[in-house]
Parts: sequence; C-alpha cells; structure tokens
Amino acid sequence: MNDLVINATGLRKRYGSVAAVDGIDLAIRRGEIFGLLGPNGAGKTTTLLMLLGLTEVSEGTIEVGGFDPAHDPLEVKRRIGYLPDSVGFYDNLTAKQNLRYTGRLAGFPRAQLDKRIAEGLDRVGLADVGDHRVGTYSRGMKQRLGLAEVLMKGAEVAILDEPTSGLDPEATFELLEMIRTMKADGTAVLISSHLLDRVQAVCDRVALFNAGKIVLQGTVPELAQRVLGGGYIYEVEADGGEIEHLLAAVPGARQVTRTFLGFRILADRDIRGDLARAVVASGAALLKLADQEPSLDTVYRHYFESHPHGLESHAHGTA
Amino acid sequence: MARRSGSAFTGSGTVFLKEFADHLGGARVQVIEWLIILTGAGAVYTAIQDLKSTTGQDPFLFLRLFTQARDPLPSFVLVLDFLIPLIAIGLAFDSVNGEFNRRTLSRLLAQPIYRDALLLGKFLGGLAAIAVALFTLWLLVMGLGLLTLGVPPSGEEVLRGLAFLVIAIAYGGVWLAVAMLCSVLFRSAATSALAALGLWLLVSVLWPQVVQFISTEVHPPTAIQLLFSQPNPDQLQLQQTLSRLSPSTLFGESVLGILHPTTRSLGLVFMSQLEGAVMGTPLPLAQSLLLVWPQVTGLIAGAIILFVIAYVVFQRQEVRA
Repeated sequence: MNDLVINATGLRKRYGSVAAVDGIDLAIRRGEIFGLLGPNGAGKTTTLLMLLGLTEVSEGTIEVGGFDPAHDPLEVKRRIGYLPDSVGFYDNLTAKQNLRYTGRLAGFPRAQLDKRIAEGLDRVGLADVGDHRVGTYSRGMKQRLGLAEVLMKGAEVAILDEPTSGLDPEATFELLEMIRTMKADGTAVLISSHLLDRVQAVCDRVALFNAGKIVLQGTVPELAQRVLGGGYIYEVEADGGEIEHLLAAVPGARQVTRTFLGFRILADRDIRGDLARAVVASGAALLKLADQEPSLDTVYRHYFESHPHGLESHAHGTA
Repeated sequence: MARRSGSAFTGSGTVFLKEFADHLGGARVQVIEWLIILTGAGAVYTAIQDLKSTTGQDPFLFLRLFTQARDPLPSFVLVLDFLIPLIAIGLAFDSVNGEFNRRTLSRLLAQPIYRDALLLGKFLGGLAAIAVALFTLWLLVMGLGLLTLGVPPSGEEVLRGLAFLVIAIAYGGVWLAVAMLCSVLFRSAATSALAALGLWLLVSVLWPQVVQFISTEVHPPTAIQLLFSQPNPDQLQLQQTLSRLSPSTLFGESVLGILHPTTRSLGLVFMSQLEGAVMGTPLPLAQSLLLVWPQVTGLIAGAIILFVIAYVVFQRQEVRA
C-alpha cells in the first residue's frame, strides 16, 4: 500500500441538502495516470478541490503523501501541482514573471527557481516566448504555461482539471503528449475531462462519475467488459443480400446493430473467422471486417443510455 | 478542529512585494496621484499667498500650509479627507475578486500558503502604496513651503507634520479595508467599486446630516433652551458620538488636534472647565498627541475590525469558478 500517493475513502461534500460528492473512494498509485470522467456537475472538480484542501470535506478521509489536507494543508499543497479549469495568469506580466511569483509562493530559493522555470518552460515548448507577456498568449499556450507551473513545482501529484477543454485537436494532442512524459518522472497524474477518446489514450485507469458517485472504475478494457457485456466489437460491411440475421446467428455474437454503412457486432470472444464465413456463404461481397478497440466513448454513451437518471444499479464502488 | 501546521504568514512577503510593485507601476495609482497633486496644488498655492503676509507672526507657519483655506478652494487637509478614500478604494476594490475573475486565485491558493497570507500581503501592499503616495505629497508641500516662505520649519512643526502623515495613512487603511471587504463580498469588480464608493459618499456627505437629524429627534431642545437659543447638551453629546462612527470625523478631529496646536478639547467644553486655561496658547506636542490618541486608535481599530471581517468571509469562500 506504500505506493499510494492519494488515498481517499468515503469522501462526501454537501452544499446544504445537496451532496455534490456522495461517498467516493479513490486510490491513486505513484506514476499512474488516472482519469476522472463524467458529465458536467458530476462532482469531478469538487473532488479535486477536496484533495487539494481548497474545499472543506463534509465527511470521509483523505491522505495525500501521508498528509491530511485539513490538518497539514501546506504539506499537501507542496506535494500537489494544480492546473485549474480554464487557468488564468497575470496578463501584464511575462510568463517567467508569472511563474516566478508562484514559485516564490511555493518557497523555492531564488537561485533554484530560475533553473526550475527554465526547465518547465522548455519542457512545454515555451522557452522562446518566456519573456513575452502572457496577454499575447493563445489559449493553448496558457494551458501549456499552466502545465509548466506544475512541472516547475516538481510535485508528486499533478491534478489537471479539464486540461484540454477549449483546445484545438493539434494543441490537445501536444498537451496530452506532455502529460504522458510526466508519468516517466514518477508523478501521479489526475485528469478530469469529458474528451473521452483523447483521455483514453493517456490514462492507465479511469473513474466514471455520475451525480457525485463513482459508478465505474478500472482500466478501459475492464469497463468495456463490464458495461458492454462483451470485450470484442467488430464492424462488418458487406454488399448484397440481407445479412443481419445471419450475423446474429453466428455463435458468440451477442448483439448486432445497424450502423451507417454496415453492422456493429458485439461478441464475447474472437469470432472474426465465423463472421467472414457467414457473410461469404450468404453470397454477399465482404467489403470490410474490422476489429474495433473498445472505446471509452462507447462505454460512456452506453452507460448513460442505460442509466439516464444517474442510477447506480450495478458496478457501484468497484475498484 | 486540530491546530493547523505551518505559519500563517508564509508567502505574505511575496504577495506584499508583488502587490506593492503592481500598485506603484500601475496606471490607476498614477491617475489618482495626479488628481490629488492638481487639487492639492491649488489649495497649497492659495495658502501660501495668504501666509506670505503673516510670515513673522505665526509660530506654526508650516502647519498652516496644510490647513489654510481661502474661498472657493478647500484646504489641503480637506482635499485629503475627501480623496484618501478614493485612492484606497481605487487600489483595493478588485483586489480579491480580481484574482478570482482572472482565474488566478485557485492557482495561487494551490501553492503552499494560507489564505491569510494572500489577504494580509494585499492589504499591506496597498497600505505601503498609500504611504508612499502620501509621503511624496507631504514632501512636495513641505518643499513648496521652504521655497516660497523662506523660513525653515521648526522641529516641532516637522514632528507634527509627521504625526499628521501617520494619521492620514491610518485613515487610508480604514478605507483600504472597506474596499477589500467589498472585493471579498462581491464577485463583480464593478459592484464592489460601487458599494465602496457608495459607502464613502454616505459617510462623508450624508452621515453628518443624518446624525444631526437623529440626535435632534432623540433629544429635542427644551422650551427654555429654545427661548435662549441654547443647544441641548444631550443632543450635542449624541451627535458627536454618532458622527465619530465615521472615519472622516475621526480623521478631521485628529488632524485638528495635531495641526492646530491651540486645540485643547475635541468635545463639549463648559465654561467652568476652562477656568485657568490660557486661551490661545499652544499645547506641547505630547499633550496634543494625548488629545487625539482616542481618535487615532479608533481609526486603527476600525481598519483592523474591517480586515478581520474580510478575512472571516474570505476563509469560508469557495474558490471554484
């Protein structure tokens, strides 16, 4: 259990009678990238703020690197780098001046600070514009500067709240690549997001939030297994003939749905050979037979289709 | 709740330096400073014109620079009475909600500092900026006096002038705390500015009239007092007590005591109490300081109380957007 950097149990946050976060357990290991996913208002940001000690916990316990944010907030904050949702900087100061201010607040000695800032800016690719005013920065650059601040702090845990929101695909890709490099430093990274396919690419484990609860938690294939019922998804496109019932009749196929061009088949084992044989035997021309990675997007949509009102009928509290 | 670990002041020095630098470099402070210089210059100029004729007679010539007024211009002290709140409000009305709206607040508070440090650093940074501005003005006035009056100020005049400076800074501190409280209470900078300026107008313009009205209602003059057109002492007492709730009154009274050395009392005085007093002779500096001590402590206490309220509200505030 010693490699846990964050251990939260029974976490609750009430605003009046409303529970924004309603009894969640989180255990994050060193060097792990953990995704917090869910619709807006599901309690992701509140959870992150409680971990940081910026919001009081109504119930439950938190340990960050062995410290409780309520009693040792400074020790906890020293261990966490935080990139808030839509981060802001002082526009009239340069990037370096902005980082220098937070670096001083973090208590780094002057001599060490300049080196840390230079390294941070270098890693996010802002070294050339470090002396420009932040007011001239684009959204993506500000987001990267926020990441540079987290890197500069050299924290054990990086908490990134919606780091990719509002970024174009190119900038999103770059940012996620930078986040991936943090894993190599042994930093545990918590990402909250609703950009599922992007997050899927970098996360080791994810937790699906809904109405203040974690309804699903685990690796992406695990979740797919649990929500979709089967681990394998195939796409079939064929020309000629009515083949839907043939596909459904293949042993192992659990569900066949018609898509724009062809069919999507949900199966509990590898049935590619049988599918191909079935199509060819019917006399239709097989145009495409593709193996689809179980995507978080599918898991997510499937889950919320079957639980529209945030009911946690199954898989609640799994870890 | 267990005691929290670490010092509450970690980081306040850093915040202080940043705020101080921001204020001194900022356009906002320069605008206000010029406003005061231009208004003050008129007041001091007319004072000098008047004083030139009486150079030989007045032992406290330099203090007159601050207080002498000739219609239609107000005295320099009155200009400050009106404009110090404006500087303070101008500096602090967006100090906390500004950080929130720039979305820098959560980033700052994620650093290993307490919220105390942020608020304290901001307050002291603002106060230091006010102190620098007022000290500059003070030097300008004294220098102008030296150039035009042709006599050097006495030691006591300089000391009284410095005491006046301290009182003015404390007065600025009260309004700084008011503006800061507004910036904690209201998320919109415009609302915060409006609330602080509204309070300033209420206190400096409306309050004297309100006070008079209340005190006459509570203690109406008796028939005999009306007959001899004598004021009701109870009414005057209440009026004075109420008006001292306004920092403007406290500032005015303490400045009166310091800059007019002949001032012997700031309240009601009966003839019997003046027995044996040599009217028109100045009090020693120590006695003048003793006289205004309650007023000055009142100003400082007011600033501290307002700061504490702002602090309590800020501690309970959510930082999320």
